[in-house]
Amino acid sequence: MADILYLITLFPLLGFLINGLVGRRLTEKQSGLVACLAVGGSFIISAQLLFALLALPPEERLFTQTLFSWIPVGELNIQVGYWFDPLSAVMTLVVSGVGLLIHIYSIGYMHGDPGVRRYFSFLNLFTFMMLSLVLADNLVLLFLGWEGVGLCSYLLIGYWFEDEAKARAGMKAFIVNRIGDAGFIVAMILLYRQFGTLSISEIAQAAPGARVGQGFFTAATLLMFMGATGKSAQIPLHVWLPDAMAGPTPVSALIHAATMVTAGVYLIARNNVLFSLAPATMTTVATLGILTALFAASIAITQNDIKKVLAYSTISQLGYMFTAVGVGAFSAGIFHLMTHAFFKGLLFLAAGSVIHSLKGEQDLSKMGGLQVHLPTTHWTMLVGVLAIAGIPGFSGFFSKDEILWGAFSQHEGFSLIWLAGILTAGLTAFYMFRLFFRTFYGEAAWAGSHQPHESPSVMTIPLVLLAFLAIFGGYIGFPEALGGINRFHHFLEPVLAGPQVIGMAGQQASHGLELSLMVVSTVVVLGAVYYAYRVYIRQPTLAADLAQRLGLVYRLSFNKYFVDEAYQLLVVRPFQALATVSWKWFDVRVVDGVVNGSGFTIAWLGGVIRRVQTGLIQHYASIILLGVIFILIYLYIA
Amino acid sequence: MVVPLYHILAFAGLLFTIGVAGVLFRRNAIIVFMSIEIMLNAVNLVFIAFSRYYGNVNGQVFVFFIMTLAAAEVAVGLAIIISLFRNLRTSDISEIHLMKY
Repeated sequence: MADILYLITLFPLLGFLINGLVGRRLTEKQSGLVACLAVGGSFIISAQLLFALLALPPEERLFTQTLFSWIPVGELNIQVGYWFDPLSAVMTLVVSGVGLLIHIYSIGYMHGDPGVRRYFSFLNLFTFMMLSLVLADNLVLLFLGWEGVGLCSYLLIGYWFEDEAKARAGMKAFIVNRIGDAGFIVAMILLYRQFGTLSISEIAQAAPGARVGQGFFTAATLLMFMGATGKSAQIPLHVWLPDAMAGPTPVSALIHAATMVTAGVYLIARNNVLFSLAPATMTTVATLGILTALFAASIAITQNDIKKVLAYSTISQLGYMFTAVGVGAFSAGIFHLMTHAFFKGLLFLAAGSVIHSLKGEQDLSKMGGLQVHLPTTHWTMLVGVLAIAGIPGFSGFFSKDEILWGAFSQHEGFSLIWLAGILTAGLTAFYMFRLFFRTFYGEAAWAGSHQPHESPSVMTIPLVLLAFLAIFGGYIGFPEALGGINRFHHFLEPVLAGPQVIGMAGQQASHGLELSLMVVSTVVVLGAVYYAYRVYIRQPTLAADLAQRLGLVYRLSFNKYFVDEAYQLLVVRPFQALATVSWKWFDVRVVDGVVNGSGFTIAWLGGVIRRVQTGLIQHYASIILLGVIFILIYLYIA
Repeated sequence: MVVPLYHILAFAGLLFTIGVAGVLFRRNAIIVFMSIEIMLNAVNLVFIAFSRYYGNVNGQVFVFFIMTLAAAEVAVGLAIIISLFRNLRTSDISEIHLMKY
């Protein structure tokens, strides 16, 4: 069964090559079809392998395939090898499944765009890279995928590169990610120095018995987390994700919500053994995660651009995932990653459908009253909003409460994290309903020149399918506290062998506590939803009043706490100044001076010496004679 | 009466020096050419002298070689001088500096 593993990545690669090389000869439809078939193929193979995996006993659930030796250098032999275990299975299915729906949706969304073949080839390349990332059995191949998705992210954010702002947004994403990746590379070097291998499983086996201090693991994992911080847009490297919304909406859905940005969470879960050996790092991860969750949620409340709200919401939800892996609830983090891929992908696609119907309008204040015109979008978006808000019965509820439970039950003093998590949940519910109400209800503020119409079925079908997933995706992780068996958690157990929180035998007694926590979070969420209803439906004037009364707080949130401005002032400006000095003074004066100076000197010298070439034979002859006389004298002396 | 070797060598040296001076200081291309021939003859003279002195024929063979070469060289050189004269209307080598920088 394992020998078909390579097909998972081969299909999208072929799709990329076909669209990239002979795309010009394909019609728009054919191009989209090729891209969808490629991802569909990956999805089918992944599903087949998943069933094969399920047929095996839990401890034997692993397929590996080594394709070829990629970088054999002395002791180091990096192979292109795939590793399909429960964790990879979840990831490949999410990437190829959600990816397929978004590819299909793209056919409708990108209809009529002149660069659609380029778009699909990049989207396929992205899928190839993302699948390589999640299937890699060694860190170098994982890093290849890691950089590859970063590249595709850059290419697709700046897809409409004629618009300079969009091209710049792409560059920003690329550069900010590079900062994190530097940490990742150093982490890999450290691990190689210590263990002499870069295979993930070999490192995991060697790590617990290794004769090194705590400091080594802390350093290596912190650096790895630095990479994750960049890719997953956590504080302090979160600034690129909101700008990444410059790309086409399906790209935001696939790359900047469902898959690539969760790679950081995957990386930590994949290396859970290493991270478990570094408690200091784990605390850092959890703290930064929950801070990011709260911070981003507090920004999302005031944003007026529908995609920006969703972007900050994504940062916030990623913060939840990091909180989960930080408190050791790895499977809860992966569970939330999966449900988040469903509902956030759905929300983005629904937002895309709204934007599409309003001919590119993204400003919430110019929407409203759309539920009549976009019934399907309205209902599917409602599902997404309910799921992300954590209303019981929807997927987001199960995964989020599992994280909160993990945070609460993990250590003494971690209940602070739980408190922040609850607060974030309330904020989340509020801003999502704010977005929802302002889009579909109230006064229709869009210019009445054209009638918004429901998107074509090629766009609405993926919406409906994702809505199903957003509702029922949570039930595979139905918590034991509610009488379920949490299949998802048990499925991942063999891989995520780190310190587990949820569903441990010792926790049986505290199901009551878990239940009461669920009740608390549900109450908070419902309260927030009701409040949003009051502010945006019942008394629409209240919003402006609140903004007025909150004054400074509102301004801070509206301006994203001026983080971008601070970076501009503290990092970008000094760098630019340094670059300007290096160029205008050092390069132009010093470097060019030396180079040109040496040139001029030689030229001048040549001008002097060429006078020797008089063209008069007698001069030459006399010099020959002088030479002969010198030689004779020399010989005579010698 | 045998002429001593040194006399002949001194005479050859004198001839050679006259040749060199002619090449270096005369301006007429033909004269310069003749001076070169004088230098060649000085060398020939030395060859002959040593050949007689040591009783070795090699030197005389060399002389013939040099004469042949000189003849060929004169043929080429005169052709060059004639074509230069046709083009530049002069045979004064201080005015012929086509190879100037």
